[in-house]
Amino acid sequence: MPAIACRGLVKRYGTLAAVDGLDLTIAAGECFGLLGPNGAGKTTTIEILEGLTLPDAGDVQVLGMHWDDGAGGRALRERLGIQLQETQLADKLTVRETVALFRSLYKQSHTVDEVLDLVELQEKRDTWVNKLSGGQKQRLSVACALVSRPELLFLDEPTTGLDPQSRRQLWDIITKFRAGGGTVLLTTHYMEEAERLCDHVAIMDHGKTIALGTPRELIAGLGAEHVVEFALAGTGVGPDDAALSGLPGVQRVRRDDGRIALTVREVHRALPALLALLQAGGAELSLLTTHHATLEDVFVALTGRHLRDA
Amino acid sequence: MTRDSALVQLSLARMREFVREPEAIFWVFGFPIVMAFALGIAFRNRGPGELRVAVVRGEGDSALAATLDRSPRLAATVLDSAAARLQLRTGRVALLVVPGDPLVYRYDSTRTESRLARLEVDGELQQARGRNDVVAVRDERVTEPGSRYIDFLIPGLLGMNLLGSGIWGVGFAVVQARQKRLLKRFMATPMTKTDYLLAFILSRLCFLFIEVVALIGFGWLVFGVGVRGSWLLLAGVTMLGSLSFAGLGLLVASRARTIEGVSGLMNLVMLPMWILSGTFFSYARFPDAMIPFVKALPLTDLNDALRAVMIDGASLAQIAAPLAIVALWGAVSFVLALKIFRWR
Repeated sequence: MPAIACRGLVKRYGTLAAVDGLDLTIAAGECFGLLGPNGAGKTTTIEILEGLTLPDAGDVQVLGMHWDDGAGGRALRERLGIQLQETQLADKLTVRETVALFRSLYKQSHTVDEVLDLVELQEKRDTWVNKLSGGQKQRLSVACALVSRPELLFLDEPTTGLDPQSRRQLWDIITKFRAGGGTVLLTTHYMEEAERLCDHVAIMDHGKTIALGTPRELIAGLGAEHVVEFALAGTGVGPDDAALSGLPGVQRVRRDDGRIALTVREVHRALPALLALLQAGGAELSLLTTHHATLEDVFVALTGRHLRDA
Repeated sequence: MTRDSALVQLSLARMREFVREPEAIFWVFGFPIVMAFALGIAFRNRGPGELRVAVVRGEGDSALAATLDRSPRLAATVLDSAAARLQLRTGRVALLVVPGDPLVYRYDSTRTESRLARLEVDGELQQARGRNDVVAVRDERVTEPGSRYIDFLIPGLLGMNLLGSGIWGVGFAVVQARQKRLLKRFMATPMTKTDYLLAFILSRLCFLFIEVVALIGFGWLVFGVGVRGSWLLLAGVTMLGSLSFAGLGLLVASRARTIEGVSGLMNLVMLPMWILSGTFFSYARFPDAMIPFVKALPLTDLNDALRAVMIDGASLAQIAAPLAIVALWGAVSFVLALKIFRWR
């Protein structure tokens, strides 16, 4: 039985379809990432799955159950851990009091100490919430989601706005939770995060899934695993797209704000050829980088837009 | 019910958040006491006191002044005509006596103090010139506790405080939780809505005890304001009032999304009651046509019930009618609030 299965999910706000016919299946025990730019419908989707928002159409099954307002819904909530994107916990409660409060709402749960160990907030246990750093607050928020020993953990942009170290700490917490057999559904607009944590990802745009698979599959779908990006100095016109496409191993050419990105199979063959072409045309480079293709490149290839400015 | 129960933890969280907010503590516990103190001092019973009058310079002025000064209730001075008029106009003296035949009393007949001075001055002067009183009378002065302004004020302040802490305490916290998406976060847990709302009521009841004891204790220690009726009944009345106002607070906060929005609503609910419900002065001063409306307000009925118990020593049967109105307000508000409450 999948942990989550939904079919034909639709949610409209006025004329805007925030979620527009979404199908998802998430297997028990996996970490599934919902990716996409702001406004893609990730939060609406996850809140429908969490039973907090009612869809206009579609069928949702979570842990084999349907959402209802009564005892059934509450029984299902006992098995879930939920972290919402914008929750601000009470400022003037301590870390320990906050966890104890959330703990009291569930029938079975970790002890406060177990959870504080899990999220490494023991030394802050008697600190008021408003004295915590952003990363600590986020870990506390995840602690409140984990306190119920959930089978299924929902995380809505858990690392947005955090510094790299805090982000890695949260990744560790998620990894530990999965090691215990838990299922995770997370949304993010950091592709690196998804590649690192997720078994499967669905890339969303305008309320629809535009790609679905393992991160490796999606990147492989580009047909090439490297990206060479360059820009030209001065007003040099440089080679046209046809010439660039003809270079060995180049799969795709993209121009974006003065930069040119080539998706290539083998850097060691494409790069010398590119340099030779530029030299022949008398163009001078002002920038040259190469990187492994990422989910970001997948998104760009699918939509023609970058995630950040999408 | 163990320490780990949701209701206990939710109530504890409410109480902790409240006591960690110094401003809230002041407004709920300190402010009514400051208010009682200031008003108690300002309107303390001063006894008859001395009324200041002036004799305008003229023939026999000093003799007139001396006669008036002999009265313990009057203090007379002799002044130039211009100075005398200025002092009368600015309220420094209550009345001018202009020597002559006839004597002229110059005063503002709309000022209670001046009319009093008119009676005193006339009485003194007529008596000095040999007037004989024809009916034998004896004065019996009453200043016993129970009839003073402070005795009227303390129950009113208690009622106002119950209203304020109920509406602020509940309304503010609910809307804050909604604005911070904390309410939605709780809805993502198996928490029952009843537990959440009951926690507000429970935590209110805990603070109620402190509020009531602080204000009544202060009134008793500083002004000797006692409780003539049953303490148990007084406890019951304050509890009912507090529950009713907590219900009203929930209703006020049931839809508002922002603190600014709910603050306006709270003032809209509370301000008319502060003025109309006989907190600082008797609502009998309002026109007769308004009285039924004023009496329909829950604070009016609570104040009536509190005064009946504290001042007149009323029994439960005697205050059943106002209590029923208070209870009705609370019940209707609570049910309505539950129906229209915005949980996310």
